[in-house]
Amino acid sequence: MRGKILGLVGESGSGKTVTGFSILGLVEKPGRIEQGRILFNGSDLRRASPEELRDIRGNRISMIFQDPMMTLNPVLRIDTQMIETIRAHKKISYDDARVLARDALGKVGIPSPDERLAAYPHQFSGGMRQRVAIAIALLHKPELIIADEPTTALDVTIQAQILSEVQKLCREVGTALIWVTHDLSVVAAIADQICVMYAGRIVERGSTESVLDGPSHPYTNGLIHSVPGNNRPGTPLQQIPGVMPSLLSLPVGCSFRQRCRYADSMCMAEPEFNAVETNRDHIARCWHPLAEGRPA
Amino acid sequence: MKANLATTTDNRVRGDALIELVRVSRSFEKKRDVAVKIANTMGLGAKEEIVQAVDRVDLVVRKGEVVGLVGESGCGKSTLGRMVAGILPPSSGSIYYGGKSVSALNRAERRAAALAVQMIFQDPFASLNPRMRVKEIIAGAPLYHGLVRRSEVDQHVDLMMERVGLDKTYKRRYPHQFSGGQRQRIGIARALAVNPKLIVCDESVAALDVSIQAQVLNLFMKLRQDLDLTYLFISHDLGVVEHLADRVAIMYLGRIVEEATTAELFSKPNHPYTTALLKEVPRLDSRHREFQTIKGEIPSPINPPSGCHFHPRCPHAMSRCRLEQPKLMEVAPGRLSACHLNDGK
Ligand SMILES: Nc1ncnc2c1ncn2[C@@H]1O[C@H](COP(=O)(O)OP(=O)(O)OP(=O)(O)O)[C@@H](O)[C@H]1O
Ligand SMILES: Nc1ncnc2c1ncn2[C@@H]1O[C@H](COP(=O)(O)OP(=O)(O)OP(=O)(O)O)[C@@H](O)[C@H]1O
Ligand code: SF4
Ligand SMILES: [Mg+2]
Ligand SMILES: [Mg+2]
Repeated sequence: MRGKILGLVGESGSGKTVTGFSILGLVEKPGRIEQGRILFNGSDLRRASPEELRDIRGNRISMIFQDPMMTLNPVLRIDTQMIETIRAHKKISYDDARVLARDALGKVGIPSPDERLAAYPHQFSGGMRQRVAIAIALLHKPELIIADEPTTALDVTIQAQILSEVQKLCREVGTALIWVTHDLSVVAAIADQICVMYAGRIVERGSTESVLDGPSHPYTNGLIHSVPGNNRPGTPLQQIPGVMPSLLSLPVGCSFRQRCRYADSMCMAEPEFNAVETNRDHIARCWHPLAEGRPA
Repeated sequence: MKANLATTTDNRVRGDALIELVRVSRSFEKKRDVAVKIANTMGLGAKEEIVQAVDRVDLVVRKGEVVGLVGESGCGKSTLGRMVAGILPPSSGSIYYGGKSVSALNRAERRAAALAVQMIFQDPFASLNPRMRVKEIIAGAPLYHGLVRRSEVDQHVDLMMERVGLDKTYKRRYPHQFSGGQRQRIGIARALAVNPKLIVCDESVAALDVSIQAQVLNLFMKLRQDLDLTYLFISHDLGVVEHLADRVAIMYLGRIVEEATTAELFSKPNHPYTTALLKEVPRLDSRHREFQTIKGEIPSPINPPSGCHFHPRCPHAMSRCRLEQPKLMEVAPGRLSACHLNDGK
């Protein structure tokens, strides 16, 4: 997992953000984590005490949000924010903290970081603000970063800059990354592993290659084929009929059942994870997993 | 200057142009923020900021074609689209509808032109009145303009809902009772209800999920065939544009920098900005790729770089690029590009 990138893919409302939040124990009341364990370096985060969790949140896991202003305080200068963050977790002098902050800005590709330190968030463009937020997330060289759609609102050229910086950092610092997105192509470009979410559940997991080249769950298959770039220009796109059910009224059995063309009476029961025949690390939650595009 | 203008406009077949823009510009006065106002009252006299959102653009949309308009945030796509749709007047330049200058149309012609060009927006929710039932939303404009009789209105609404794949039994519902994709369909039905010829789609699928986006894109393609529609399709998503458009215009900071058929543009981009843009797009079939990023930020349209707007980020920039604006010129039949590199060839 160290230095690796996991792509968490799913459509709006599928539960990606909630998953990211639960890892950090940030789920708001009355929401709660119903079942299961969250393992971080082998220990269960759900059993961690509030103090332990805070330590982990601050020092070992960081989160980057879609809106960088979730991280940044609009009325404080960038240096104040960064230095405070550093000194809250580490006993070092103001000047040393400032040097660390400057280096962090440089690392995410902010030009003339020395001058930029004295700026306020509104003086940055959207892409720059997101990079500052990423710089803050990186301050403690966390072991894990959870990035929730941090480039969705950005332009392609700026997205590419951020993706390339993030890739470099993971390689150089050995930080593991969970990249949350609805964009399969972004995940294809950077992830080693992919998890596909549907209606609050992970329905498929495997290496990027095996999931994208040989999707097993009919939903993953449908998703891949809905991408315009995967269809010949001008031809009708393959589409998944219907819409995702609300998490509050999930159908019995497989939650993709009503949109799935392979659904039958078996699918009225809930499918468990099953390894895809050829590959034990590639698993899917489906009664009729696909092999080469059709049910095996 | 004149001669060049002739080569870029006269070569086009004016005959089948549905809409044509000639040197159309639009600028905005940027509202001063508080800081500037304070500076001014203190006598520091900061200048009024002018945004040149669209800068002398020539563009033809022919009957029956789909023209894709691509560019990054703030480059002026929506502003251009709103001028085409007649919602926003240009600051200068002329717009021709069916061969006639829009400013010279009489009242009846102007109204006909306004109905013939409809716009569909990005946010399906913000553009629908939450207090109106679907039926009223779709029937409003055709009733107001006397396109259908009261006695026929129900039938008309049913037909429109059928066309966009909405269940007719939902027509008494309110927008909030629909999903995002369904709301976008309501917006499409509303636009279709006045029998338009040209539809300006401004990021019309951007807010939708991939699986729903595919449904709506298929609907656009089907309607084009069934109703002989023409589209100006604005999007920052190159994959979507490649799939849908016959021709593509690339914008950068208020100017069109390249225009070509979709196949040519995607296989052999001419302008360095287009080339860079195509390289940056993540695609499903390119795994673990290294991004070769375009250096620098997208500059502000308030104070755009001199000469070629792209020169600070361009890997091929020469001293001339800083000084002189490259003209949008024909570099091959039907292909336009605005880059000084083409002069050397
Ligand atoms: N604080 C909350 N209270 C109640 N329900 C919530 C809350 N946050 C999220 N939900 C619900 O949980 C489900 C999953 O939401 P989540 O935000 O995780 O989706 P997502 O996959 O991140 O979607 P998006 O791509 O739109 O960000 C949704 O149905 C949402 O309405
Ligand atoms: N009504 C307005 N008042 C002032 N400035 C405006 C107005 N409308 C647009 N602008 C400015 O004009 C420029 C072009 O805006 P426009 O909305 O056309 O860009 P766009 O290409 O559609 O961007 P996006 O992809 O973000 O929608 C921007 O700098 C914008 O701030
Ligand atoms: S004109 Fe010059 S700066 Fe502009 S794109 Fe061409 S080479 Fe680059
Ligand atoms: Mg989310
Ligand atoms: Mg716009």
